[in-house]
Amino acid sequence: MSGVSQQPGESWKPNLAVDIGGLSLRNPVMPASGTFGYGEEFAELVDLEKIGAIVTKGLSLKPKTGNPTPRIAETPAGMLNAVGLQNVGVDGFVRDKLPFLRSINTPVIANFFGNTLEEYGEVARKLSEVPEVAAAELNISCPNVKQGGIVFGTDPKAAAEVVALVRKNFSRPLIVKLTPNITDITVVARAAVEAGADALSCINTLTGMSIDVRRRSPRLANVTGGLSGPAIRPVAVRMVYQVVQAVSVPVIGIGGIVEVEDALEFLIAGASAVQVGSANFVNPGTMVQLVEGLEAFCIEEDIRDIRELIGSLRF
Amino acid sequence: MKDIHTTIIDNQEISSGYFRMKMLAPGFGKEVKPGQFVMVKVRQLNDPFLRRPFCVFRVGFLPPESDGLAPREYLEIVFKVVGRGTEILGSLKAGDRIAVLGPLGNGFDLESIGDDLLLVAGGIGVAPLYMLGKACAGTKKVRLLLGGRNRDDILAVTDFERLGIETYVSTDDGTLGEKGLVTEVLTETLAGDAPSAVAACGPMPMIVAVQRICRSFQVPLQVSLEALMACGVGACLGCMVKGAGHSEAEPRLLTVCKNGPVFRDVDLDWQQLG
Repeated sequence: MSGVSQQPGESWKPNLAVDIGGLSLRNPVMPASGTFGYGEEFAELVDLEKIGAIVTKGLSLKPKTGNPTPRIAETPAGMLNAVGLQNVGVDGFVRDKLPFLRSINTPVIANFFGNTLEEYGEVARKLSEVPEVAAAELNISCPNVKQGGIVFGTDPKAAAEVVALVRKNFSRPLIVKLTPNITDITVVARAAVEAGADALSCINTLTGMSIDVRRRSPRLANVTGGLSGPAIRPVAVRMVYQVVQAVSVPVIGIGGIVEVEDALEFLIAGASAVQVGSANFVNPGTMVQLVEGLEAFCIEEDIRDIRELIGSLRF
Repeated sequence: MKDIHTTIIDNQEISSGYFRMKMLAPGFGKEVKPGQFVMVKVRQLNDPFLRRPFCVFRVGFLPPESDGLAPREYLEIVFKVVGRGTEILGSLKAGDRIAVLGPLGNGFDLESIGDDLLLVAGGIGVAPLYMLGKACAGTKKVRLLLGGRNRDDILAVTDFERLGIETYVSTDDGTLGEKGLVTEVLTETLAGDAPSAVAACGPMPMIVAVQRICRSFQVPLQVSLEALMACGVGACLGCMVKGAGHSEAEPRLLTVCKNGPVFRDVDLDWQQLG
């Protein structure tokens, strides 16, 4: 344990701070990109200085309008989304969204993507020039429009190529967010780390579909969309567990976390931190409740440091 | 805005498939503006997962149970059962607990209405218009055109009449009020005795027709829109609508939850709304 001796009756607080590839966080809880806007949207409901980091909506080189509506559909214990990565663009982010974030004492992780390899490199370069961006999360779940729409994150060579290019242009902590829509996530995980990722985050949404049986038509204008919410948690926990065995960099766990037990599953499986996605819509207090819940759990279990839990899965 | 876990005081089916639900809402009374809405989690479990949006029909105070007790604030929603979430909501009883997030959205612009307001409601679209009517009834002339397919769709007539609002009821099948579409009554009204502004809410085809009619008579219009939404606070972007002048090169994307739900007709791109 930590070797700190406590007298009976003294109260102590567990250490919740973690390091994600060089990024120091006060606690291992942060929002998932796309579910928290650019932070300010939730400022009235969430104390932004109680969470570990703020992860932005995915940024592209130019503003993106996204898909036509309907963009969302509820599914059992979850939802589908086909928003289509609508965002204000990296310049718009710096101009209109960053000023608010500057006033908050919480690290900003900029999530970003590109339509082509070159665009990924260009966005990375622009983000490297923004001092308030403490780290970047690279979304490789996007199709390469120059290579027939093959998703970067499903091909280890394409993944390595984009990570290597981004790595050249961005020297601060780089998190690569993995797609679960792949046969063996560990192959791309290893490729991303070998190409220079400081950390990984998984999983992104699972591709799904829902049909309105009266209209006999897809409920999403885009036909398919990304499934998120508690329904996907077992898949996410399994993939985090597999990825943690395959790489030695920190892994952030994402997928259907709604309450503290869910977050603990990921930490015990080996995640160094967690992201909360859809739960932010349903219960905006989720992240702060998780931080408080993790602290309470550690006190109950006499765990002095959250890092004792990470990867503590027993067989 | 806040997220409260509160208690249902009353839940009544007012006509087939339509309910009025009152819930305790401390602190909401002075915050809610006409046209704003709340996001309600109908069950604590993970399914149905998402909250449902409902306009605030009314806020008020319950008569105190005994002398010396402070009167308790409530808010009331009127809703139609359209799917799983509203079906569950309709089955809840006094004493049941639900979570309510709000008030959300922008509300109606009272400044630009003028002296003579015409409310146009299609069925459950009456929901955001009561608070607007109440805010204006003291100082302006307010009329209400209340339409629906049949008598079951005509709601809350007495509430509006108690405010002194002239209410004209029409049903497509003639089972209550005048037989015909509410849009036909609107056209006659604008032709004969036009108001200074119209505020409308109802099914999308009705709203589109109302917009065309108001445009042709050059009467300013505010519409309260509905959309599928997950978050209600402008983050998920599920409820996107296109603003006037939108193009790929110069995007004008709005959210019904945050930029709305109330929009001036001139601020929307009616050719390609979603």
